[in-house]
Amino acid sequence: MSERLVIDPITRIEGHLRIEARMAGDTIEEAYSSGTMVRGLELILRDRDPRDAWALAQRICGVCTLVHGIASIRAVEDALKYPIPPNAQLIRNLMIAAQYVHDHVMHFYHLHALDWVDVVSALKADPKATSELAQSISSYAKSSPGYFADVQKKLKGFVDGGQLGIFSNGYWGHPAYKLPPEANLMAVAHYLEALAWQRDAAQLHAILGGKNPHPMLVVGGMPIAISIWPEHQGQGNGPHHQGGQGGTALDVTGLARIQEVIKSMRDFVDQVYVPDTLAIAGFYKDWFKQGEGLGNFMTYGEFPAMNDPASFMIPRGAILNRDLSHIEEVDLNADNEIQEFVSHSWYDYAGGKDRGLHPYQGETRLNYTGPKPPYDQLEVDKPYSWLKSPRWKGKAMEVGPLARVLMLYAKGHGQTKELVDMALTKLDLPVTALFSTLGRTAARTLETKIIADTMQGWFDQLVANIKAGDVRTFNEALWEPSTWPKHCQGVGFMEAPRGGLGHWIVIDNGKTANYQAVVPSTWNAGPRDPQGQAGAYEAALKGHVVHDGKQPLEVLRTIHSFDPCIACAVHVVELPAD
Amino acid sequence: MKSVLPDCPGQTVGEALLRRGVSRREFLQHCGLLAALLALPAAAAEQLATALAKARRPSVIWLSFQECTGCTESLTRSASPTLERLIFDLISLDYHHTLQAASGAAAEAAREAAMKENAGKYLVVVDGSVPLGNPGYSTIAGVANIDVLRETVKDAAAVIAMGTCAAYGGLPAAQPNPTGAVAISELVKDKPVVNIPGCPPIATVMTAVIAHYLAFGALPELDGLGRPKAFYGETIHDRCYRRPFYDQGKFAETFDDEGARRGWCLFKLGCKGPVTYNACATMKWNGGVSFPIQSGHGCIGCSEPGFWDGGGFYEALSMPARPLQAGVAAAAAGVAAGVAVTFFNRRKKAAAKAGHETTTLEDLEQ
Repeated sequence: MSERLVIDPITRIEGHLRIEARMAGDTIEEAYSSGTMVRGLELILRDRDPRDAWALAQRICGVCTLVHGIASIRAVEDALKYPIPPNAQLIRNLMIAAQYVHDHVMHFYHLHALDWVDVVSALKADPKATSELAQSISSYAKSSPGYFADVQKKLKGFVDGGQLGIFSNGYWGHPAYKLPPEANLMAVAHYLEALAWQRDAAQLHAILGGKNPHPMLVVGGMPIAISIWPEHQGQGNGPHHQGGQGGTALDVTGLARIQEVIKSMRDFVDQVYVPDTLAIAGFYKDWFKQGEGLGNFMTYGEFPAMNDPASFMIPRGAILNRDLSHIEEVDLNADNEIQEFVSHSWYDYAGGKDRGLHPYQGETRLNYTGPKPPYDQLEVDKPYSWLKSPRWKGKAMEVGPLARVLMLYAKGHGQTKELVDMALTKLDLPVTALFSTLGRTAARTLETKIIADTMQGWFDQLVANIKAGDVRTFNEALWEPSTWPKHCQGVGFMEAPRGGLGHWIVIDNGKTANYQAVVPSTWNAGPRDPQGQAGAYEAALKGHVVHDGKQPLEVLRTIHSFDPCIACAVHVVELPAD
Repeated sequence: MKSVLPDCPGQTVGEALLRRGVSRREFLQHCGLLAALLALPAAAAEQLATALAKARRPSVIWLSFQECTGCTESLTRSASPTLERLIFDLISLDYHHTLQAASGAAAEAAREAAMKENAGKYLVVVDGSVPLGNPGYSTIAGVANIDVLRETVKDAAAVIAMGTCAAYGGLPAAQPNPTGAVAISELVKDKPVVNIPGCPPIATVMTAVIAHYLAFGALPELDGLGRPKAFYGETIHDRCYRRPFYDQGKFAETFDDEGARRGWCLFKLGCKGPVTYNACATMKWNGGVSFPIQSGHGCIGCSEPGFWDGGGFYEALSMPARPLQAGVAAAAAGVAAGVAVTFFNRRKKAAAKAGHETTTLEDLEQ
């Protein structure tokens, strides 16, 4: 007889996710992914000024802070055909890149690591051996025996105090934990280091956007004006006479701070994040053989080239059935490509629940038909989630770091090929190992390095522009709604850290008439479609062996490898079309 | 002052710090900093140190409802105390979806154990609003948010509503409020509730308020909207570094004109600093490197009730076209309305004169 495994709440994610699984003995036969919170922001965006939309849309998620704001201003700019100055593009690129680096490092250490790292086992480590291990994989300065002894002493004090706080009821001692105590101690030390590091890393957003989370943006450019006057000769009543240096956060001091943050990001990624990922992965090679899921991958594209905003560092496209030799074209505006289904979601469509709708035609009517809370189990043959089921040409697709790395790899991107081949050689694994739980996790690490390395070039370009006298950050031309067409529509897309993100907007008479977002975690975490095709999480969990249903570590490993973001995924920003 | 925190030999905060290798000197410095942050008299630092050293790390249960995790993200950016110091030395964070190791039943068991072991003494922090429209709009472990809240708050010492959604309903409650989202203070009537608004709140404000409670076993002084006066006592405008330019009538007219580059006042670009009570201009963000106005964007008023429905973010303040404080009337009913509303009334008077014109300098200075 089959049993039901229920995990709710799934913790160490963003948002409210519930996983249920139909078990055959200790093996998952079918898994079901359910988003259990809705805010209904769709109706809230209506009839507002499209220039304000970014601030509301950004609150879709505070973890993926920035990305919904960027997608939103891009959607409005696309609708209005509103060009932005090169400096604004560079500043956005730097902020998007910083978001990746910050978010991916925090995901690895603070959301994902405890799936692989046994905190309690670290107490048994020999600090001297830990130091040797650390020094054998990295040049990171904090690696002395004394440093690790100190971390261990603090940890011991914490555990001996008897109040385990966030570590309470963790699955410590579970047989699926394979790291030796020394690797556990090293990882615990880096968990704490990463917490301290990310505070400073967030300063790039704070300088360029005023704060983090939820930095400030503006349609038509960036709100941050540049308070630097390189042309001034240093004599007489220059700009500093009336404000000037220090006028905004982007002055010489701010620029210097940004440079420091970029350097600290690269150092941490090179010296801590990449070596830790490879070291930990080496003890879990069986996780390179499971957890793949769909085998279909899609990217929207990101980091517009400065000389050609229509071409991207990370290209757009779709990969089907693991076939890296063939990239399909993706058209975000084609009615028959991206569509969303609600047959297993708590929404209704006017034309019936089995239809698929392109975002421009999308509708949302909340209709909760699930069991009355409190409940023990969902009825999975009926609607069972606040997420919809997006499909591309009818196919379920995975988005995110693995999709991007595969796309870059398939397109022959030099650094990606080099890094992927280095990692596979080091771990002695074939390319097919990428299609897995740890393949996804490793792809996230490798793309972080690629993006962190790229930041310096954008920063240098920004400095060069300022030096050459170009300090424009905002294009005023289309700021006033009186200059807009009566009716227009546009799509703003980006590669968010968790995958391809699109916002679609329809503007009528200067107001938002329709606004919709199709979000990465919806692609990955969505429920079954009318054909019964599983979403990416659901497909990836199939076949997992769960050692102890009360300690479902195996499920968490694969779910966390996607880095779920459920506040994003619940279809929050969608208006009924007129 | 009587602390509600128990004296627990062997498990106190002081001992925890010693075990973790924190010197008494460092500890006192930390307490001094906290006292300064909270604008307490100098003598309070010593009192704070004594109370902290004796206290068992208080249990904190953090509930997340209709939220975006921005408040938790902000918390991780806190510089003093840092998140590490907070959760490993000062409190026992026994339930927090984003950070805790355990999932599912084990996570719920941790919450239940913390409630039982610390009955009457634990602190509940809530981020996110609660939807009353349908219990199925937001559930945890199959239980509706309102029931999780009721059950968890029952034996709590106090409740902190973290962020604008928990404090005032926030974005989910913005017009037309599709899920019937409400603030925590509308649901919790028999316990003290502190509001720490902001979308998100400033990290150090979040940790400082917890630390104040921890040290004194009591909540800091609150205003009529339930906000700690130490951080929400003055408008951003009154403490803004651009205020001298406002006084001189020097305004940025667009986002990168010469005035914008020189740091002139953003009033004409829609800054809501004059009607927003928060510490952004003084404490600033992310280790003090900037705050929205310093990065060239007007304040959007994100710590004020009803700010999402207070008019466009780029419309210069103009009263009473769309009163920013629309939501206040309900939230503040029956309590001292506080300075925010006084200010609002003053502005309203000016506005009556000016009709629906953009408020002028003269209006504001009356």
